[in-house]
Amino acid sequence: MLQESVQDPRNGATSGGWAGGPPRVFQKGPVNVHPQRSLGSMAFTVFLHTLLIIGALIMAGPFIWMIITSLKDTSQAFSSPPSFLPNPIVWSNYPNSLQAMPFGEAYFNSIYIAIIVVVVDLLTSAMAGYAFARIRFPGRDSIFVLFLATLMIPFQLTIIPLFIIMQKLNWIDTHLALIVPACLFDAFGVFLMRQFIKGIPIELEEAAIVDGASRWTVFWRIILPLLKAPLSALGIFTFLSTWNSFFIPLIMLNTPDLFTVPLMLNQFKDQYTTQWTLVMAGSLIAVLPVLIVYIIGQRQIIQGIALTGLKS
Amino acid sequence: MDLRVTPLDKNVIGNARNNLRKRRLIDTFWGYIFILPQVAGMVAFVLIPLVSVFYLSMVSWDGLGDIQFVGFQNFIDQFASEDLRIAFINTINYTLITVPGGIILALLTALALNRVRGKAIYRVIYFMPVVTSTVAVSVIWLWLLNGDYGLINQILRAVFHVEGPNWLADEHWVIPSIAIVSIWGSLGINMVIFLAGLQSIPAAYIEAARIDGASRLQLFWRITLPLLSPTLFFVIVLSIISSFQVFDQTFILTGGGPAKESYTIVYHIYTLGFRQFTFGPASAAAVILFALLLILTLLQFTLQRRWVTYEL
Repeated sequence: MLQESVQDPRNGATSGGWAGGPPRVFQKGPVNVHPQRSLGSMAFTVFLHTLLIIGALIMAGPFIWMIITSLKDTSQAFSSPPSFLPNPIVWSNYPNSLQAMPFGEAYFNSIYIAIIVVVVDLLTSAMAGYAFARIRFPGRDSIFVLFLATLMIPFQLTIIPLFIIMQKLNWIDTHLALIVPACLFDAFGVFLMRQFIKGIPIELEEAAIVDGASRWTVFWRIILPLLKAPLSALGIFTFLSTWNSFFIPLIMLNTPDLFTVPLMLNQFKDQYTTQWTLVMAGSLIAVLPVLIVYIIGQRQIIQGIALTGLKS
Repeated sequence: MDLRVTPLDKNVIGNARNNLRKRRLIDTFWGYIFILPQVAGMVAFVLIPLVSVFYLSMVSWDGLGDIQFVGFQNFIDQFASEDLRIAFINTINYTLITVPGGIILALLTALALNRVRGKAIYRVIYFMPVVTSTVAVSVIWLWLLNGDYGLINQILRAVFHVEGPNWLADEHWVIPSIAIVSIWGSLGINMVIFLAGLQSIPAAYIEAARIDGASRLQLFWRITLPLLSPTLFFVIVLSIISSFQVFDQTFILTGGGPAKESYTIVYHIYTLGFRQFTFGPASAAAVILFALLLILTLLQFTLQRRWVTYEL
């Protein structure tokens, strides 16, 4: 029996084992060493793929439908039953929606705000992370615990006083209200940087310190170059959350010239409610850059968010 | 050998001590410099607002006129307010759909993905909504859920010959509709966290159970799920917190309507604070939300001992 099975592992009782339960023969010897090759298992894999493909259609469907609608004219968009392919393809929704709303300005605003926030946030987080990981100074650990404690505070709790502070600073309806708090406070970033810096061997720094290098030189020349991986993960996360942020820009900004992309899209949708072809073209314009960057760098982005996404 | 300490030696020791003290002082200086930006941000944008919100919750103030101290009146008013009651019920309903629905779907997807090839392709697609702004995603769904011409009702009509509800304008369907959009939007991130959890389960446990003849279901309930329980716990806590904070989706999809049927707690805070500029009641509502989240989270941490397995 054993010999037979070894000669033909997919023979008789061994095949189809995994669909209805594991094969009993498994216990008896080196039979069916590749259970995934059995017929039942293949059927199961096909079944899983079918479900996953349906799922993928549901996940991608809204984006695809957005693109399809944006290439139709109004009568096609409202036809019933719906046409899945635009015929003829109408490109004019794109120039029209760009003309209807200053998306260009919104783009400029979103990009420059996100870049400043990412750069300054990475720098200040890495600096604080380095100090908490390596430098001894009075009060260090209690201040660090305070940082960790602030991670528990939902931003809705502090949003009203924050708004009043911005009013007192005369920063309402300026980009400073979005940039400065995001640049100067990132408890999670500080925590992430500290954890990574703690994992770096200390010998490198000690040698430099003995040679008379200042803390700043050590940080800038030795530590920062070693932080590429966590910095890019935090950078991606910070960029996306700044780019996509809605609540804070919504309450801080009033002037359309200052709007970021999500605010502009919100206003666009309010003004052109029933013109879905235009609104979908506008939505595509709003999401396209992020989606392109995402598709190019998806591996790093997913890993980065899985790592830092624990924050939200 | 002469062991007496000569004046010269004393000098050397003294110098070493001085050097050490000097280095400590320099370190302290650098330590504070390095943490300064982030600490300043924390104080200005989190700690001061945090203290202020408790004070503000006990005043009557519109941001311009005089501040009147009213004690706990705002809280009494809030607890008696019909709006907060509605917001609370809507938020609970939304959470009851979003959290179990979202977690079960994400877990099933992760389990399926963990077993098939081509993981990367599926992951890219499922993760797409996570990187896209909630505003854009909600605008797309606004069109999909349109009662007359939305894709979903068009499909229901063409394929199943059923007239779908006017999702977002229907008092019974509005919360489930928003929940579907949120589940769709967060499936990717929860799935990736579950996948990481599944991949950290030692293959040896699974193998051992298989060899002992465990069925697929037994394998899941007895081995995979208990070993995944810390991840599951983590995702549950985060999902509950974030669904209590839902705002962007309701703001774009319904504006809280129809007739406050999708008016949520954060929407309530937003309305009180930034539409009516009644900072006192808004702060009181924010404090109530915070207390609610705190109690829920503590409760979960207490209950976790009953079902979360940290080691086998």
